[in-house]
Amino acid sequence: MGDILVITEHLKGEFQDITFEMLGKAKELVGASGGQCVAVTFGSMNEKAGELGVADSVISIGGSDNFNPESYAAAVQSVVSAKSPPLIMVGSTSMGMDIANTVSTILDMPNISYCSDISIIGGGFSCTSSMYGGKMNVVTNVDGPAVAMVLAGAFNADAGRASGSPSVEDFSTDLGAGKVRFKQLIEPEASDVDITQSNILIAVGRGIGNKDDIELAEELAELLDADLACSRPLVDAGWMPKAHQVGKSGLKVKPKVYIALGISGAPEHIEGMKSSSTIIAINTDKNAPIFDVAHYGMVEDLFDVVEELVEELE
Amino acid sequence: MKIIVLLKQVPDLVEDLEVDTSGKTLDRSDIKYKLNEFDDHALEEAILLKENGSADKVVAMAVDGDGVDKMLFTAIAKGADKAVKLTGGNPVDSHQLGKVFSNALSSEGYDLVFTGVQSVDDRDGQLGPILASYIDTPCVSVVSGVFVSGGTAVVHKEYSGGMMGEFEVDLPAVLGIQAAKQPPRYAPVSKIRQVQQTLTIEEASMGNLGSGGGSSVVNMVPPAKGAGAKMMDDVEDLIDILKETGVL
Repeated sequence: MGDILVITEHLKGEFQDITFEMLGKAKELVGASGGQCVAVTFGSMNEKAGELGVADSVISIGGSDNFNPESYAAAVQSVVSAKSPPLIMVGSTSMGMDIANTVSTILDMPNISYCSDISIIGGGFSCTSSMYGGKMNVVTNVDGPAVAMVLAGAFNADAGRASGSPSVEDFSTDLGAGKVRFKQLIEPEASDVDITQSNILIAVGRGIGNKDDIELAEELAELLDADLACSRPLVDAGWMPKAHQVGKSGLKVKPKVYIALGISGAPEHIEGMKSSSTIIAINTDKNAPIFDVAHYGMVEDLFDVVEELVEELE
Repeated sequence: MKIIVLLKQVPDLVEDLEVDTSGKTLDRSDIKYKLNEFDDHALEEAILLKENGSADKVVAMAVDGDGVDKMLFTAIAKGADKAVKLTGGNPVDSHQLGKVFSNALSSEGYDLVFTGVQSVDDRDGQLGPILASYIDTPCVSVVSGVFVSGGTAVVHKEYSGGMMGEFEVDLPAVLGIQAAKQPPRYAPVSKIRQVQQTLTIEEASMGNLGSGGGSSVVNMVPPAKGAGAKMMDDVEDLIDILKETGVL
């Protein structure tokens, strides 16, 4: 077995949690196989290599601090070609998606999406992908070098967080053809409510059915002194503002109580709310993955439950 | 300015999914399919660009299969100018899909290619960046806003926490669309029927499938149920829990 390459991810000068989640897992895997855990940083993040103490060494690509799908992928491709690692771990994230697919396709390596677990088997790896909205676990074994796209939240970030002084290798490389140019970072629109600070959240999902019925959830939120949150489909449908979205492309929340109404629990949503102290889920589908992370569940139509609850509370 | 939108059907997750006897794939005998929701957004974004004058032609393209004709007629009813169906093979993963679309694109011509950012079954990676690598164009994934002028597009790429990166991209390019600027429109059944009666779907041979994603499934199982949720029977139980947790 050789070294495992972890492609770090940063935003506004901070390593993202996914970086530490992958480092912790990579360290565990090389601990068993005898290789090294090597972190790849971009831009000036080499200056923060001390935060990557779990890595045995760091490869610093340099270049811009701002992610660029073209140049970051081109740089990772050069590192992979030069180092020939058996496994490259990339986040199953917005940035990781551009890097992992491009590098693996151009270098003709297998790429495994949505990895929720990775283990060593023989001379290769076994990857478990959480697919079909979290309803199926699919195991893929790979013998040769491969790219694994790691789901955020799949591994413990604390296992990958340690200060230290890994050696840093400067790796200068071609940064692509310049066909994609970073212009600016756009901050989220200011909102009247910050759901990351809420004590109690009532979160509505696709099960709500139509826009007008959100009122019912609002009524309940008011009675429980809770704030209203939602899953991504409601934002895409224009029913709820983005500032209320929980999950991968939305916000990460950890209220005391999270009440999920008509949310099936796709991995992208669970990523944003699984740290809530108490999770209560109401869904008509008894097989909905939300019931695996919820502490309390009810297989019922959310309208029946909420209407009755509102009546009782009034 | 021509936009090709790649459409794909995926299992409808509202239905129960079961594993077939091989233990490696879904039992497809009873599966209900629907258009990948992100592909629906990709189509909507393309039609919006046509409506605001940024694009003059939108082509919907898909691989042949059950229900695909209806999906393509629906795309035309929504506003696509024509539909192309690729026939003569059965691509099994994102890499083979990328390969057959790259074959078809070389004869169709394009300025932009839109795909949904991901799908619930793309185990070997996402179609957008895979296809872009095959046809050697730039690609940006997780895009929720496209603005076109001249030979470039300005796109908004979503990060976590509501942050976005703005990029300028030289055309031709592939974009993995997360969300259109407005929710995907519906096409009335009457309009779809009218399209079905008056227009035809072009067919093209999908050509060489390529070697695929280079990995195969060992097994597929529903996730092991952990301790799971403690189930409540009625609203009274729920009220008790709300009291216990201090909500009430």
